[in-house]
Amino acid sequence: MTDLETLAKQVVGAGESPRMRASEAVSGPLIRQWTQAMGDKNPKYQDLAPPAMIQVWSMPGADRTAFQRDRIPLDDLLDALTESGYTGVVATNCEHTYHRYLRPGEELTSTTRLTEMSGLKRTALGEGYFVTWAVTWYAEDEPVAEMEFRLLKFRPREDKPQPEKRKPYPLKPAVNQDTEFFWDGVRAGELRIQKCGDCGELRHPPGPICPACRSANRTHVVASGLGEVYSFVVHHNPPVPGRETPFVVAVVELPEGVRIVGNVVDCPPSEVGIGMPLRVIYRPMDDELTLPVWVPLEP
Amino acid sequence: MSGVPAAIAGIGATEFSKESGRSELRLAAESVFAALDDAGLAPSDVDGLVTYTQDANQEIAVAREVGIGDLTFFSRVHYGGGAACGTVMHAAMAVETGAASTVVCYRAFNERSGRRFGIPDARLGGDPSSQGLEMSWHVPYGLMTPAAWVAMFARRYMHVYGATSEDFGRVAVAMRRHAATNPAAWFHGRPITLDDHQASKWIVEPLHLLDCCQESDGAVALVVTSAERARDLRRSPAVIAAAAQGSGSGQMMMTSYYRDDMTGLPEMGVVGRRLWERSGLTPADIQTAILYDHFTPFVLTQLEELGFCGRGEAKDFIAGGGIELGGRLPVNPHGGQLGEAYIHGMNGIAEAVRQIRGTSVNQVADVANVLVTAGTGVPTSGLILTT
Ligand SMILES: [Zn+2]
Repeated sequence: MTDLETLAKQVVGAGESPRMRASEAVSGPLIRQWTQAMGDKNPKYQDLAPPAMIQVWSMPGADRTAFQRDRIPLDDLLDALTESGYTGVVATNCEHTYHRYLRPGEELTSTTRLTEMSGLKRTALGEGYFVTWAVTWYAEDEPVAEMEFRLLKFRPREDKPQPEKRKPYPLKPAVNQDTEFFWDGVRAGELRIQKCGDCGELRHPPGPICPACRSANRTHVVASGLGEVYSFVVHHNPPVPGRETPFVVAVVELPEGVRIVGNVVDCPPSEVGIGMPLRVIYRPMDDELTLPVWVPLEP
Repeated sequence: MSGVPAAIAGIGATEFSKESGRSELRLAAESVFAALDDAGLAPSDVDGLVTYTQDANQEIAVAREVGIGDLTFFSRVHYGGGAACGTVMHAAMAVETGAASTVVCYRAFNERSGRRFGIPDARLGGDPSSQGLEMSWHVPYGLMTPAAWVAMFARRYMHVYGATSEDFGRVAVAMRRHAATNPAAWFHGRPITLDDHQASKWIVEPLHLLDCCQESDGAVALVVTSAERARDLRRSPAVIAAAAQGSGSGQMMMTSYYRDDMTGLPEMGVVGRRLWERSGLTPADIQTAILYDHFTPFVLTQLEELGFCGRGEAKDFIAGGGIELGGRLPVNPHGGQLGEAYIHGMNGIAEAVRQIRGTSVNQVADVANVLVTAGTGVPTSGLILTT
């Protein structure tokens, strides 16, 4: 049994709290305000209080410091729940029982008794405990009304920081059945070059039909990952979404005999030159897209 | 061409600005009215319309605004500014085949105040069309502006032929010199020096800001009809001696980096060979050329592809003012797109017509034949106009 459950058991065992004086005597002006606000025109309420007002008489009012009552054992339980992280509160049930009408001038007292605290429950709001208590209102020693009240004290579900969720990179390629092998390859850490399944011709960018032999039978080879700068630019202006300027884009010639465009990274733009040897690396741009980019081949 | 030759009988334009303050459709209609007025024709004479696939104004919308009735021919030409001379070619084919008798070609946009082609668009690679897939080999790496696509060719060209940024800069200086004396040019009265060029900020190395043409709002329209009919109209005709479109082997929209060589413009070679063959002319017969100049390096490449000089020799050709007024081949006397305006090449065709008419503010002496090209780095087109 947890500390909270032990405490709850003690509070249940303590039974009714001492009688607490209601904050307001039953009064004509409050009855009139209430019936007008509720639109209740029942003539009976000219000299009797509507039973549903029962909580009104013992409400502390907007300024909670103006009417102070003694602490009761239930307060200890609710505070302990809050301190244990069950800071959320939502009322789930409230049921009244009335024994008779009240008249203006009557002064009430009430007692509170914890009836039950549930075990730890998993809810849509978060994990928590349902706490149920009963309140009895008395006029002198006569019980005039009762209420069963239930609320959920819960630990608010935290928006768990997703493990390193990246900002979506805005420059996405279009991909179709003719090109997806390339992007699948990049995700797998391979630079794939389309190869004709019949005549063996390598081709980049790829396409659906081999222009050399008309074959639609496509395979691919995995490139060595080496290349050299055939041409390049340094982009300065205007700003490009998802990019910090300046950045280098190169046409890279591969030893396999095709060219491919990509960024040259991890190298100052001023050090990039035509003929510079490169090797490919794979750079995740966001949670979906990985791009093959090029770095200087170490000497 | 063959059969009944066609001619450009009228040219019209709006002012060239950075913020027209008017809709693109209104610009289109204004330029069409101006071209028809120039030709001395009425909207009811028009039975064909041609524009770029990139133009936002449908032929039917322009026809409604201008009060053109029945159309028997309408067509669009693709590949950005590569469409420019292609629109005239399509119009000429329609006239020569009898599909239409009077065809207006137009291009209208608010390219500065509206959608700017030079601003990176993350959606370029997002669509699995053939173009989207092609872009997808480049856009993810941030290679996604026309300046960057061209810069990649320029760097290789510099490496192979020893051309320098100053060589590119001399093109910009020449264009701004021409624009300086053209009141219709945005850069009228504002020439630059080579030092200005070198000091301008990097856009995409090796291109400086002043290697890149301006961005403009405006519209240009051209009236194409038979040369025979054109001779009876208000203006002397600019006869279409040859027109051609061109796409090369391994062609891509603007990233043809996978062909054997990256120092040429094979698609412009296709156009050039065709123009010479169809017209029976040679480079020596051309008094002035309108070469597409969205970015300076491709002016050099075009001089080579079209046979005005040998491979790698363009830098020597342009040194010492070779492409300036008074030089061996004045290029873009109006100031080109670097100096006059960027109307996707259509303003250059209008200048070629003025040169044939002898009415340009920067008139070249004794013009008999003008060669015009369209967008470079893209599938393109060209014209030779003659008196
Ligand atoms: Zn094959």
